[in-house]
Amino acid sequence: MSALLEVEDLRVTFPTPTGPFEAVRGVSFSLGRERLGIVGESGSGKSLTGRAVIGLLPPNARLSARRLAFDGVDLLGADARMLRRLRGRRMSLVLQDPKYSLNPVLRIGEQIAEAVRLHRGGSAREARRRALGMLEAVRIRDPERAMRLYPHEVSGGMGQRIMIAMMLAPEPDLLIADEPTSALDVTVQMQVLAILDNLVAKRGMGLIFISHDLDLVASFCDRVLVMYGGRVMEECRARELASARHPYTRGLLDSLPRIDRPRELLPTLSRDPAWLDPA
Amino acid sequence: MIRVEDLEVTFGAGRDAVRAVRGVSFAVAPGESFGLVGESGSGKSTVLRVLAGLNTRYRGVAEIGGIAAGRGDRRLPRLVQMVFQDPYGSLHPRHTVDRALSEPLEIHGIGDANARVARALEEVGLGPAFRFRYPNQLSGGQRQRVAIARALMLEPKVLLLDEPTSALDVSVQAEILNLLKRLRASHRLTILLVSHNLAVIAHMCDRLAVMNRGAIVEEMDSEALRRAAPREPYTRQLLLASRGYDRAVAAGLVTYD
Ligand SMILES: Nc1ncnc2c1ncn2[C@@H]1O[C@H](COP(=O)(O)OP(=O)(O)OP(=O)(O)O)[C@@H](O)[C@H]1O
Ligand SMILES: Nc1ncnc2c1ncn2[C@@H]1O[C@H](COP(=O)(O)OP(=O)(O)OP(=O)(O)O)[C@@H](O)[C@H]1O
Ligand SMILES: [Mg+2]
Ligand SMILES: [Mg+2]
Repeated sequence: MSALLEVEDLRVTFPTPTGPFEAVRGVSFSLGRERLGIVGESGSGKSLTGRAVIGLLPPNARLSARRLAFDGVDLLGADARMLRRLRGRRMSLVLQDPKYSLNPVLRIGEQIAEAVRLHRGGSAREARRRALGMLEAVRIRDPERAMRLYPHEVSGGMGQRIMIAMMLAPEPDLLIADEPTSALDVTVQMQVLAILDNLVAKRGMGLIFISHDLDLVASFCDRVLVMYGGRVMEECRARELASARHPYTRGLLDSLPRIDRPRELLPTLSRDPAWLDPA
Repeated sequence: MIRVEDLEVTFGAGRDAVRAVRGVSFAVAPGESFGLVGESGSGKSTVLRVLAGLNTRYRGVAEIGGIAAGRGDRRLPRLVQMVFQDPYGSLHPRHTVDRALSEPLEIHGIGDANARVARALEEVGLGPAFRFRYPNQLSGGQRQRVAIARALMLEPKVLLLDEPTSALDVSVQAEILNLLKRLRASHRLTILLVSHNLAVIAHMCDRLAVMNRGAIVEEMDSEALRRAAPREPYTRQLLLASRGYDRAVAAGLVTYD
């Protein structure tokens, strides 16, 4: 089986007054119809890696890679029309912060229905019906009411679920979800993850799940990439994350408060410059 | 120090009216740290916003140090301050750290701004080098430190924290939680903390209340949470879900009304 996504030596660089800054430095991985987690500290390049794949980098970013291919199609060589088609219909990105991705002056219902119509056509009524169904699927209570609200009137967790519903509208083959559940309570989080889990298991969707929550990734994903300073420090099976060896991964794991292990203060990470030496 | 009794908040009218907070009551003693957890949309942020004076349309009692919140009493800002989840949204993008920190002093006519700003920065572990930076020149954790420093400028007795670390990575979260513990001890702060992370609540708080659909389901001490001994099925389900993803658990989740 060929991989859904192939990434080889991905680099993302920004120009700065003091010379180019390489935010992603040679990341390689492949993704099948599975759940791949990306963890790592803030600024380690997780979001940029996801954005590079989907083609949504900031305008001043420069991308290079030895290979970047989706379902066998070379994304580096493809023409603009092809890319738009792939990115609109077959790959989707759920952004880290719903506040910046929802239009503040449009009611929630109009926004989702719009997304549905864009991808599937059909009548306004049909789109509305589908939009309602999608809000139900992400466990929004009283979806009828939610449809009539403006973005500033929904709670943090509702906004995040609305985003997920919108990004699943086109039934993508690849979903990149960037901290999609950080504002959700744990039960709703679990229900939303079950939806994604189902799409992977039943429809064969590929999922890249970016998160700070190491325990969640360990329990939810199949494999994990641990990123630091734009590089992959370690790759392991998700179930084995808790026994990871790399001192960076260990440091991240240790800094988590745990219900069953009370401590007065939490250890914080001490970074070793040697981690960034080329292997 | 904090007294909330039969608090009611309703948003909207007619068919879209929603009782976001339904008869919530709890009390937090001086120097105590109290947690609020519960379902998304259950009214946690709304309770905090009422106490911070940001939501003045409420019924019932919401008092800090015996003063009713949101009723125009000018002593309140010096008694209670709030820190929001989003370190990006809570600071003005075109104001330097220096301006963000000195503004509350100006508004309340407090002198000695220069020394106070320097001390506040030091207290949250940011050196003088950060003083004239803009928010976009700070990392998420640094911004949250600035937001905490700003909340502390008026030397409040009560700190309201709404998901202060959920946008941060785990190592920065550890730094911020350590900082809050230190400040709580040195300033004898009373803390009200909202978080979805039960481990964070157990780590930081003496007691907690669990909310669902605008109401408090149960109140307990963190020790009971540690022993996994909540009384209510809703809380037991919350605890179960916090142990990580499990397909069978997900399929068995029920909705409590
Ligand atoms: N538009 C930009 N211009 C310059 N540098 C940028 C830009 N966007 C991101 N960076 C830098 O690239 C690096 C990686 O950023 P990225 O957003 O991928 O981090 P992340 O791992 O997603 O972090 P977080 O967990 O905080 O979301 C950071 O050092 C960041 O400051
Ligand atoms: N300005 C507003 N107008 C209308 N409804 C609102 C407004 N603010 C909040 N609500 C509603 O009040 C309810 C409670 O919202 P609140 O933000 O307090 O929840 P929360 O417990 O903090 O949730 P989360 O964990 O998702 O942040 C929600 O149903 C929300 O839609
Ligand atoms: Mg990111
Ligand atoms: Mg909230």
